[in-house]
Amino acid sequence: MNLNDLFGAKEGWLKSTGPDSDIVISSRIRLARNLSSYRFTDWADRKDREKVLEEVKRSFDKNIYLKKSLFLKLEELDEIDKRFLLERQLISRELISKKGPGAVCISEKEIFSIMVNEEDHLRIQVIQSGFNLLESWRIIEKITDALSSELEFAYSPKLGYLTACPTNAGTGMRASAMMHLPGLIMKKSIEKILEAIAKLSFTTRGLYGEGTEAAGNFFQISNQATLGRSELDIINNLERIIKQVVDYEKKSRLDLLENHSSALEDKIWRAYGILKNARFISSDETMELLSMVRLGVDAGLIKDIERSLINELFVLTQPAHLQKMEHKKLTPAQRDSKRAQLIREKIK
Amino acid sequence: MLCEHCGKREAVVHITETINKNSAEVHLCDICAQGNGFNSSQPFALADLLAGLMDEAEIDLKKKKGLVTCPGCGMAFEDFKRIGRFGCAQCYETFKESIYPLLEKIHGAVKHTGKMPRKMPIVVKKESEIQQFQEKLKKAVEKEEFEEAAVIRDKIKELEKKKDGA
Repeated sequence: MNLNDLFGAKEGWLKSTGPDSDIVISSRIRLARNLSSYRFTDWADRKDREKVLEEVKRSFDKNIYLKKSLFLKLEELDEIDKRFLLERQLISRELISKKGPGAVCISEKEIFSIMVNEEDHLRIQVIQSGFNLLESWRIIEKITDALSSELEFAYSPKLGYLTACPTNAGTGMRASAMMHLPGLIMKKSIEKILEAIAKLSFTTRGLYGEGTEAAGNFFQISNQATLGRSELDIINNLERIIKQVVDYEKKSRLDLLENHSSALEDKIWRAYGILKNARFISSDETMELLSMVRLGVDAGLIKDIERSLINELFVLTQPAHLQKMEHKKLTPAQRDSKRAQLIREKIK
Repeated sequence: MLCEHCGKREAVVHITETINKNSAEVHLCDICAQGNGFNSSQPFALADLLAGLMDEAEIDLKKKKGLVTCPGCGMAFEDFKRIGRFGCAQCYETFKESIYPLLEKIHGAVKHTGKMPRKMPIVVKKESEIQQFQEKLKKAVEKEEFEEAAVIRDKIKELEKKKDGA
């Protein structure tokens, strides 16, 4: 398998088949681990990082869950390929910005990815479609246990897993769910929800992680504290919060459909019209309009588009995906044009 | 002047970094500077560059100032405050007085109640065990207790094998 095989696949979280996947797009669990006998990545020199990479690669080769995985060294990838992986949520901005021997191991169906030499030596991640944190946990636990029998992790019985940044110490786990919340946003109730979530020491971010705004009405909710609670406790708490938010979102949508139906329908059908006919469209506008169309599909108003197609379009219309499709670098104007063309072709 | 790294080419890149009011200067030819990740059109990771060249000098500087440095990686707490990340697993032990209140603030707790690894880290323990035995070996040889010395030497070999094989 090589990187270009990923391109054609409609796998993992794009499939949109999990429970409650109208509102919860994907569930993700990430574990941070370090090898005990090497300096942490930011304080390590190039030789150290190469040794970490070698040792990690050797353990991957012995790991039964990684038999059919794709192993990629960042230094061997060009800019477009790196952005492509970022758009697929398989690597982070931090990994791209780090110079030196970084790598990522991606599973056959894009269910998990393991970054090497990012903020920590290992960042293991599992993403599932829909609301499925427990399943994600079972998978990541199996993989990490297998790694743990080959590699020695930095760990203290008192403080748990030792990470480069103390905000990750303990379980080293960040559990999160990506949610689509146009209802709450249109009803302007989102601020109150975000405040309540913050009070419970959970945090929210946009679609592509730290620092991104809530484009396309997407919000990622995740735990903040990683030390002092067991992994299952954290997951159970997060699930409770998500169920509440799903509930609020459903109520908001119902309210909009019942009491403001013509205004809402206008927004939805305008979005549909533009997507079907535009000749130039930016990725920001695409996110906003796809969000409205997705709402229309969920509400049963738009019947000729599959939700999984919309999920796919969120990713395929991103800059690196477009350029990989065309096999060359494109200027922003060319991308806007190709994007519009792709959307028109897919939403026939 | 000649490049400090290769000693062959003319130094054309001159870098001065100031850490805690101590300046450190590095003079490199453009090839060694690029080899260490320096590109004149991009900001570069000074830590990468200097860590390789100046480990010893830096640690000496810090020790002279009476700063506590982590025996595992040479990091001082000031470094952690500047970078926001620790240097190695041992830092958590070295700086534990400062870290515990920090963890309390971040997580509201200082006791791990989650998963444990299959392989517990024994390398650090083994390392100091080996050092202890090496001291004993030296003393035994000095006292001419050669049979004792032979036993200790075998123990060291065993520990080193375990450490490498682990």
